[in-house]
Amino acid sequence: MPVGGRKQPPVATELEAATVTSSLSGREWELPGMWNRMFESRVLSGYTTSELARISSLPGGESIEWCYGCGKCVPVCPVDLVGEYGPRKLHRKAQTGVNLLADADLWMCTTCGNCLRVCPKEVDMIQIMPAAREAAVTDGVMPAELQDVFEKTFRQGNCLGENPRRRHAWTKGAGVPVRVLASDPRPVDVLFYVEDYWSYHPRGQQAAQAFARIADALGVDWAILGAEEKTLGDSQRMAGEKGLFESLMEDVVATLGKYAFNRIVTPDPHGFNALRKVYPTYGHNFDVLHYTQLLAPLIDRAKWAGSVEAKVTFHDPCYLGRHNGEYDAPRRLLASIPGVEVVEMSRCKENGYCCGGGGGGMWLDGFNSDRVTERLSERRVKEAADTGADILAVCCPYEVSRFEDAAKSTGNEHLKVLDIVELIDAAMFPR
Amino acid sequence: MRIVVPVKQVPDLVEELELNSEGSDIDREFVKFVANEWDEQALEEALLIKEAVGAQVSVVAFDEPDVDQTLYTALARGADDAVKLTGAGDGWLSTAERARLLAQWLSGQSYDMVITGVQASDDLDGQLAGTLGGLLGVPHASVVVGVEPGSGSVTVTQELAGGTVVTTEIATPCVVGMQTARQAPRYAPISRIRQAMSAGGLESVEAPGEATGPAEGVELLRLYPPEKAGRAEMISGDAPAVAERIVEILASKGLVKL
Repeated sequence: MPVGGRKQPPVATELEAATVTSSLSGREWELPGMWNRMFESRVLSGYTTSELARISSLPGGESIEWCYGCGKCVPVCPVDLVGEYGPRKLHRKAQTGVNLLADADLWMCTTCGNCLRVCPKEVDMIQIMPAAREAAVTDGVMPAELQDVFEKTFRQGNCLGENPRRRHAWTKGAGVPVRVLASDPRPVDVLFYVEDYWSYHPRGQQAAQAFARIADALGVDWAILGAEEKTLGDSQRMAGEKGLFESLMEDVVATLGKYAFNRIVTPDPHGFNALRKVYPTYGHNFDVLHYTQLLAPLIDRAKWAGSVEAKVTFHDPCYLGRHNGEYDAPRRLLASIPGVEVVEMSRCKENGYCCGGGGGGMWLDGFNSDRVTERLSERRVKEAADTGADILAVCCPYEVSRFEDAAKSTGNEHLKVLDIVELIDAAMFPR
Repeated sequence: MRIVVPVKQVPDLVEELELNSEGSDIDREFVKFVANEWDEQALEEALLIKEAVGAQVSVVAFDEPDVDQTLYTALARGADDAVKLTGAGDGWLSTAERARLLAQWLSGQSYDMVITGVQASDDLDGQLAGTLGGLLGVPHASVVVGVEPGSGSVTVTQELAGGTVVTTEIATPCVVGMQTARQAPRYAPISRIRQAMSAGGLESVEAPGEATGPAEGVELLRLYPPEKAGRAEMISGDAPAVAERIVEILASKGLVKL
């Protein structure tokens, strides 16, 4: 059952003279105005397929042509549930000659990947979206808030435009020593790639500090890059700035080349995705884990000094679950915490609902606000509250701020939003 | 038509400013530099003119920290060529010296318009366009928010105090100090900046002279970050108590009479 939001019905305007205006292309067709026109065969002409051809000619855009219009993607699209959007609808727009590169719809896809899961033709929006957006960005067409993020990322190496020298300021509050490779370059087992939100966002910093205490207690040999770290920029890539991603990658690979480590561990599923799937296509191969995958096999060593007596529901990050197939590690961690009772939301695992932050959506809440009846994060928080949970557990740095805001705006303040490391930390080191 | 756009590097205020060990300048090795935002407005206006009527847009800068990125970004945005003036010194260039050296370089160039930022965030003196116009002996206009090219002249719109807007026709060649362009500075796709970098289209030219330091009679005594004065007082209590305390504070400063 839907718990909130509503679909925006398409607007069809039928004029007295029986002219139909397409709400997609804005074109008008003269139709015979008789009551039985639907039963007669008719030809609608005037389409140009040049727009579809343009998208499919972009490297990565080829599969848009494979669509045979079944529409299975639309009901699983998280954006369509709160608006009027979906891959097949986008395809139809292109078919009828709408210039997608200048259309606001181009920026609504969160690249959550649920459409690809159900598509019988493997029309791949995960390839099509960044390709089409890159073409728009190259023409200088993009939402202003996205341009701002691209410029900040290029200038400061992080999407928040924060001081790069303060990237590891969070370590001061960890309560345990955190090794920074620049000042102690000895070989290390785990290079912890902190990424932007755990480095700079106040709630992310709390999670980073919790991780430091847990890693220390579980005997992990780990270190960070500190001020040398730059974002991996995967969401900027999905939002259309491949050049920025490649420029960051050059810097990242040069920095990583200075140090000896066995594997990279990151809390950010987007960075994890970049290192696991995209870096190898450029010839850069690293052994990479999400932090839940590092901690899950070690959690038996944990000494629990307390517990978290709460009903907890878990939100699968799209880029950890659907994109990279990891559903169990976060659940194993949650199940190990004394006192925690896990309840699942109806949309979970492969069919998990998107928080709205992927593919650049993290930075487009303002741009998209006119086009959806509620934010994806708001809808998801309502689904979480519906389970009767006290805590919504997450393991993607984008989600804490998104869901905390959504809990407030939907009147679900009783629902606490915590990263899994914060729950483990609370049970291992109760205050 | 040829439009020359002088641009300047200023410290990136996202980072803390650090002084050098002598306390005579900011630490130019440590601090990151970015393009002066008003100069980006100047470049945008020049590119809009180029798109409207056609023009050669040349960007010129002194060899200041991180200047290559600024110049390549300008090329990626649509500038036709970029000149880096080298050898003018490593320290801070005052606006007067900047104007003098630029005027010398410009006197060997053909140009119809010089468009530069009305001011820069490091000195905020707003003197470059005027001084440059004076030294070159050409008309100038500052605080400009729009340039319409004509034949042998341009029409400039200036924003004056109190919301007054003035439109003036001035003869070319001329110097314009840009407040804001008609649209926000365009985005330079990173792939295009990287293309420009690998094409290496910067022209390095020896500056026509060196910085000679502050004018005679001016001595730099000390450079220091603003000193922290006082601190905030948090007022607690119910509304009448808070109001009473606010009135007390205002009265003690002589701002209200009781």
